Amino acid sequence: MHCPRLALGLGFCLLVGMALCSLCNMKLQYKGEKPFQPVTPSQYPQPKLLKQKPTEFLTLTPWLAPIVSEGTFEPELLRHIYQPLNLTVGVTVFAVGKYTQFVQRFLESAEQFFMQGFRVHYYVFTNDPTAVPRVRLGSGRLVSTIPILRHSRWEEISTRRMQSISQHIAERAHREVDYLFCLNVDMVFRNPWGPETLGDLVAAVHPGYFAVPRQQFPYERRPLSTAFVADGEGDFYYGGAVFGGRVAEVYEFTRGCHMGILADKANGIMAAWQEESHLNRRFISHKPSKVLSPEYLWDDRKPQPPSLKLIRFSTLDKDTDWLRS
Amino acid sequence: MQLEKKESSEGDCHLDTCRIPEVPRLLYPKAQLLKPTRVDVLVMTPWFAPIIWDGTFDSAILDAQFRNITIGLTVFAIKKYVVFLKLFLETAEKHFMVGHKVNYYVFTDQPAAVPQIPLQEGRQVVVLEVRNYKRWQDISMHRMEMISNFSQRRFLREVHYLVCLDVDMKFSDHVGVEILAPLFGTLHPGFYAGDRQSFTYERRPLSQAYIPRDEGDFYYAGGFFGGSVPEVYRLTVACHQAMMADQANGIEAVWHDESHLNRYLLHHKPSKVLSPEYLWDEQMLQRPPLLRKLRYVAVPKNHAEIRNR
Repeated sequence: MHCPRLALGLGFCLLVGMALCSLCNMKLQYKGEKPFQPVTPSQYPQPKLLKQKPTEFLTLTPWLAPIVSEGTFEPELLRHIYQPLNLTVGVTVFAVGKYTQFVQRFLESAEQFFMQGFRVHYYVFTNDPTAVPRVRLGSGRLVSTIPILRHSRWEEISTRRMQSISQHIAERAHREVDYLFCLNVDMVFRNPWGPETLGDLVAAVHPGYFAVPRQQFPYERRPLSTAFVADGEGDFYYGGAVFGGRVAEVYEFTRGCHMGILADKANGIMAAWQEESHLNRRFISHKPSKVLSPEYLWDDRKPQPPSLKLIRFSTLDKDTDWLRS
Repeated sequence: MQLEKKESSEGDCHLDTCRIPEVPRLLYPKAQLLKPTRVDVLVMTPWFAPIIWDGTFDSAILDAQFRNITIGLTVFAIKKYVVFLKLFLETAEKHFMVGHKVNYYVFTDQPAAVPQIPLQEGRQVVVLEVRNYKRWQDISMHRMEMISNFSQRRFLREVHYLVCLDVDMKFSDHVGVEILAPLFGTLHPGFYAGDRQSFTYERRPLSQAYIPRDEGDFYYAGGFFGGSVPEVYRLTVACHQAMMADQANGIEAVWHDESHLNRYLLHHKPSKVLSPEYLWDEQMLQRPPLLRKLRYVAVPKNHAEIRNR
């Protein structure tokens, strides 16, 4: 750079940027990097290379990330691979205002179906810890309530989740869990959700858009927004209700989304589907290493298509207007 | 360019790709969730390792994800095998990791015999002088030891990934970053359709390479494996130690280093598996329709003549 004034100006901007971004360059010491573990042999059928029956869903994205659906994995084999690693899986849910009423069913169904045999730490973000019911938990599983502010507008609450999650990881979760899933609370587990979902950065296909061309995805289409996606872009439309991965990757991901949300705020714009729009923007430039089929994020109001062999996690029918009032 | 040393977290990363790379805005056709790209073959193992076939991947996206990496290719040209180097390197220039930085590590007992061939930008040949052995089986097996030695001494600092290949072969189609993963093996062309009982694993329990009849996922080829430097180091050290233990017990595995490779990959599942497109022998096998491309193929040779002289 030959222009001293330009250099000075950029330096100043950098300083200001760094001051604003309090979590920017924080080096986090993550919970135990695991040494390599060999797999002891287990009994499972030999993989059949020449398939007779095609699977319903695509099983690999064009960037070679697995797409997880029933029949694509061997649960026993995966248990064998993951159990010795002694992993702890974290879950964040936001139960603000009237949404605290969903916590009981969420936790009870999670206790039945989510990561059986693993250590699990639920983080319930709420403005009212007293409204969070005590639920019987299996051994090695615990709940922590994380206090957050209640905002007047539900959109505000929704868009602050990315910030809350990244802050929580920096302050606590990076020391306590290896993987972290960020889930909506107004949902219920109906079938097993296990280590087949673990990956560096995991996204779930939105149940409303998996059979639709990318031009019809409800991306943010205004160029002013940082969540803007142009017409020819996009892989899948991912749901904001489910994402996760290694805690370090989730940190980078939520921080990135939060930066985009902040920039939009400064420009007086809110993306069409709030943080889901930002999540989708980021998943185009930072492609997930694993994608969950709609089995892992379903909407009970939809009729179950034949391609969907089972439903593992789905929305509860609810009166959203009342809930958001 | 200073290469950042890979952290020990690579260890348990072998099942997922590590680090999420950022890609710039790209235009490419959209994948369709209800339309599998290949219906004639398995494209993913039960432990989620992609099986790489033509049609399953988009090179535009992958090249963007893997930009700024250097790939090391190891190849052994000992005694008469130096004769294969010219065709190997010339075809590699045309097909192997085109557009990426490549170091060809040529292990040889005759450095003067390594041909000078024109190389694309960002690619270089590094000649590593090593001893030869009398028996071809020993030459084959000691590759593991030599790769492990040099992994520590230089590969860790110079490249991100290692691809360990046989030299008596040529490239005939694209072999790119779609193969790269923390640990990968290649399906042996003779056994891709077979049952595990028919795989030519080492079957004597005395050997470290022993695999019982009811175990085994695939039969992997000894001539094409690789991964990140730490993972390849672990693999080659383990195989070398296993071969030394066998030697002390007066046993030699039926297919030498390939037997030990198979044992290792059974117990340390690869994060990607390459289809037989990536290793084929047109002389020995009839090409089935499911092989849309032949990327790396055997060069005809007189086995008796070229070995042990």
